[in-house]
Amino acid sequence: MIELTLPLSESAVRDLKVGDPVSLHGVMVTGRDTAHKWMVETFIRKTRAPQGDDLAAIEALRPLLSGGAIYHCGPVVAGLDTKAYRFVAAGPTTSTREEPYQAEVLQHFGVRAVIGKGGMGARTLATCQAAPAVYLHAIGGAATLIAQTVTRVLGVHKLEFGVPEALWVIEVRGFPAVVTMDAHGQSLHAQVEAQSRTALDRLLAS
Amino acid sequence: MRDLTDDFLELIRRTSTDLPPDVEKALVAARQGEAPGSASRGAFDSILENVALARSDSSPICQDTGTPIFTVRHPAGWSARELRQQIRKAVALATARAYLRPNAVDSLSGKNSGDNLGDNAFPTIHFEEVEAETLTVDLMLKGGGCENVGAQYSLPHAALGAGRDLEGVRRVALDAVHQAQGQGCAPGVLGIAVGGDRGSSYLASKEALLRPLDDLNPDPALADLEARLVREANELGIGPMGFGGRTTVLGVKAGSLHRLPASFFVSVSYMCWAHRRRRMIVAGDTVRYTDRSEA
Repeated sequence: MIELTLPLSESAVRDLKVGDPVSLHGVMVTGRDTAHKWMVETFIRKTRAPQGDDLAAIEALRPLLSGGAIYHCGPVVAGLDTKAYRFVAAGPTTSTREEPYQAEVLQHFGVRAVIGKGGMGARTLATCQAAPAVYLHAIGGAATLIAQTVTRVLGVHKLEFGVPEALWVIEVRGFPAVVTMDAHGQSLHAQVEAQSRTALDRLLAS
Repeated sequence: MRDLTDDFLELIRRTSTDLPPDVEKALVAARQGEAPGSASRGAFDSILENVALARSDSSPICQDTGTPIFTVRHPAGWSARELRQQIRKAVALATARAYLRPNAVDSLSGKNSGDNLGDNAFPTIHFEEVEAETLTVDLMLKGGGCENVGAQYSLPHAALGAGRDLEGVRRVALDAVHQAQGQGCAPGVLGIAVGGDRGSSYLASKEALLRPLDDLNPDPALADLEARLVREANELGIGPMGFGGRTTVLGVKAGSLHRLPASFFVSVSYMCWAHRRRRMIVAGDTVRYTDRSEA
């Protein structure tokens, strides 16, 4: 088990290899479909003008994203009425939906780790190599287990996106994941896809 | 008519937080098949640890508590309108108590209703009047990750060499598992419907998922197909989470529907390993909950 403290240095990222189990400590930010679309359209491609508290939110997020980790997660949160927020269930969501946005988000904000499930595509893999950055796979559905590693909810941005889609700033201790895409161009997902394609072709040939 | 709101709330709590024993048993068996120290073995360790924690803490197994899909079979004399009101009230209560994540999003505005109540299709509630003394309610929570990898094929399918027969069904089902990779939170359970129109076919593929994993299809040809698909899907080697491994599916449940002469649909609904389903049976004054499809 490799212990990683956020934010991550370039060398810490380069040291990681596909298959390494890791345990994360420190502050990370959740962000999924609406958050990625918002970041890319408002602050990177600038096809949409900032509205409401957009600028304040992104200024608060920038230092956390730089060298930090973005977690594809739409949590179940208790304490919504009192704002004494607590993560009850917080497993990863399917990452591939962020493929159209992830490379730009990694580059623009200097994010060093993407955490999710299911892996991502060629463009994100190439950006992991260039940045450098890594993709960390959390166990899908292990939501109560993962929520127990969230020691504090430090804040939330864009809650008007809804609880699952908001950007939650959380502190974790011992968050478990596995490196499945590294900064050296290796992807476990590409390997398994290719092996299972060969197996499928064999089954369909019979 | 009696008020069952609190009983529906308990049905939701149990479904979200307590995995059915047949599914847990299949996961325990699958864990044994993976090499110690492998990522796939580690995935099963985390999955099983999480299942036990969720049960003891009464917290959601998975944060994606999905679309709540209720199937209500009621004797004559029950009001579907009142039952719908009670179910919707229970869903909102369960959301406030964090058994469910607020999941109902207006598709045009993007606004999340915050209480899991959307239009009449959210939560989904199917009603059927039956000749029986008891009221039976099945609940399944189906998350978005696995719903997104479901697939419907119109046969014949030239690229897959799939004709209008059970061999064709086999071919497209294996393709669906390959396409899904680990994205539907493998190892999954496949619900397959052969025939129907596009709508009835998808519905039947979801209903097939209510069958216990260890039951036997009464149709011998479908029973053979189910067993063969379990074996062959596992030969794909996708494994838990798509990490590679020996168990890619925990079970396959197939059924058939009448179809039009011109149409031959095969619908595959993929259910993640967190196969959350429960049944509530109301007989007179007593309410009980079961994980089996018993009457």
